[in-house]
Amino acid sequence: MTFAKLSTASLRSIFRNKMRSFLTSLGIIIGVCSVIVMVAVGSGSQALIQKQIAAMGTNLIMVMPPRGPRTANRLTMADIQKLRTESSYISAITGEVRMGGTNIVGGSSYWSTTVYGVEPDYIVIKDWPVQSGTFFSDKDITSRAKSAVLGATVAAKLFPDQDPLGKYIRIGTTPFTVVGLLAVKGANAQGADQDDVVMVPLDTALNRLMVDGRINSIEMSAVSESLMTAAQSEVTSILRESHKLAAGADSDFDVMNQSQIIQTASQTAQTLTALLAAIAGVSLIVGGIGIMNIMLVSVTERTREIGIRMSVGARKRDILLQFLSESVFLSLLGGIIGILLALAVAYGLQRFLKTPTLVSPSVIAASVGFAAAVGIFFGFYPARKAANLYPIDALRHE
Amino acid sequence: MAIIELRGIKRHYLVGEITIKAIRGIDLDVETGEFVAIMGPSGSGKSTLMNTLGCLDKPTEGSYTLDGLETSKATSDEFADIRNDKIGFVFQGFNLLSRTSALENVELPLLYDRSGSKLNPKARAKAALEEVGLGNRLDHMPNQLSGGQQQRVAIARAMVKDPAFILADEPTGNLDSEMTLEVMSLFQKLNDSGKTVVMVTHEPDVALYTKRVIAMRDGAIVSDTQVKDRRKAADDLAAWKKDHAQLAGEEAAT
Repeated sequence: MTFAKLSTASLRSIFRNKMRSFLTSLGIIIGVCSVIVMVAVGSGSQALIQKQIAAMGTNLIMVMPPRGPRTANRLTMADIQKLRTESSYISAITGEVRMGGTNIVGGSSYWSTTVYGVEPDYIVIKDWPVQSGTFFSDKDITSRAKSAVLGATVAAKLFPDQDPLGKYIRIGTTPFTVVGLLAVKGANAQGADQDDVVMVPLDTALNRLMVDGRINSIEMSAVSESLMTAAQSEVTSILRESHKLAAGADSDFDVMNQSQIIQTASQTAQTLTALLAAIAGVSLIVGGIGIMNIMLVSVTERTREIGIRMSVGARKRDILLQFLSESVFLSLLGGIIGILLALAVAYGLQRFLKTPTLVSPSVIAASVGFAAAVGIFFGFYPARKAANLYPIDALRHE
Repeated sequence: MAIIELRGIKRHYLVGEITIKAIRGIDLDVETGEFVAIMGPSGSGKSTLMNTLGCLDKPTEGSYTLDGLETSKATSDEFADIRNDKIGFVFQGFNLLSRTSALENVELPLLYDRSGSKLNPKARAKAALEEVGLGNRLDHMPNQLSGGQQQRVAIARAMVKDPAFILADEPTGNLDSEMTLEVMSLFQKLNDSGKTVVMVTHEPDVALYTKRVIAMRDGAIVSDTQVKDRRKAADDLAAWKKDHAQLAGEEAAT
């Protein structure tokens, strides 16, 4: 029997029992669908995290107070000054202070937001252009100017109908002039609105708005991507010197680069994706057992048909291939339906639940391959059972 | 030339510790163009003989030469090829594939053809169905056909590969008188055109339509006679129809 004849014969027999074939394939359909959807959701959120971290800036190096129990923050303006003068691998640097939940009054309304104290390099490092007006200059820093740059959300809340440029706002009790508007940046990996900010010059923030004078973090751009490691170790040694740490003592700060941040962030997502895919994979195997079950029933039920086929000249191999190809086709069809279903589910998640999904062709290929393998593996035993029937017994079977 | 040559055929089954001797040594020659009925009570070994003739079962002892081919050493694949190529089966229960059209049922032996024949299977199956008078029923499923029609589909399937002989196992066992006559007249027609037919039956009436009757008992042939007053099934069918038309007419009149 040629392959074409074999395929038509198996497809015919599958479509002869539409309902049963569908129910048989259901396990595979669900299995393939859930594997693809799980991986799509996992890699979708992973891709989003990576994109957002990349959006944090180019060749970014961050210095933060150490995480964990030794939380004392010892970053100061002196550290920034030392880094700026001594480092040879840094092209841009900014200190950053954050004041969450600060009340802003402006226009005819008020708004509670986070106020950032930053330096002019901030928008270079973060790759965050100003949409209108200007950002701070070095002069604004030294003169502790009371200038503010608004994020898009804050601008919309305080000045819904007018141009905020040149208007006054009050941060706490201090009046500021709005000199610029930042471009829209959107939500970050955690879903927080990055446009809900007000930027003021770092020195202004430290001297006019804050009491403790500690820097929350220092952010820098390395000269080039290839110099990231060198820059990182240079930053570490300069800061250790600045903090007068003895050799061998633990650093009282953390230096991280962008790829490390990405790695930390995607590690969790990756583990979760793998776990979900493994659980979904189990349902594929269960689906395969379902196929074996039905094929075994089918062999018993169609014993007479097998006898008839043998009596008109089918060899053992013909019967074996017939049943094997039926189970392979069943699982392949299940796989194809599963893929279509998965594409629909992934689209629906993205469209209606705003869950980022990324359906990769390699996962589709792998799950179809796996479905076919399941079909062969679980179809072989029933097929062999059919092929080994004795023609007379099969013919006389009631 | 003898198309079937059985020499010293024995078939023993081992059931538990008891050996059942279903056939205890049979010699038989069937010539081309013969129409043979094998008769006998149940347990006489005629089914076993049938299986042997059909290459569905291997004899314990003896030799079986079919169309010049010694089959006692054949493997199961070779047996399958012989069944495909040399033998056309007709069964009591028709044994058509359900939910499969008449045409596809008749095509079945051609599907397993390994001789590399170039003839179009569809055309051949169609021709075979036309020959048994079912040219207008090609796409009917078995459950849409009467018993007689189903058996004719089975006969079409048996002859579609032009086998050396047709082997029929109680072909009329499930049929009423009219359908029996229909099927027997078809067999006679085939036989008249030169086809060899071997048929197992336990109905003496049916055996009268054949040319030669072999009676079996206890696994051996007890008689082998030529049919003297051979009946023509087609004539009987016509007569039967006439009688029934008359009966129906009388009933309607009263």
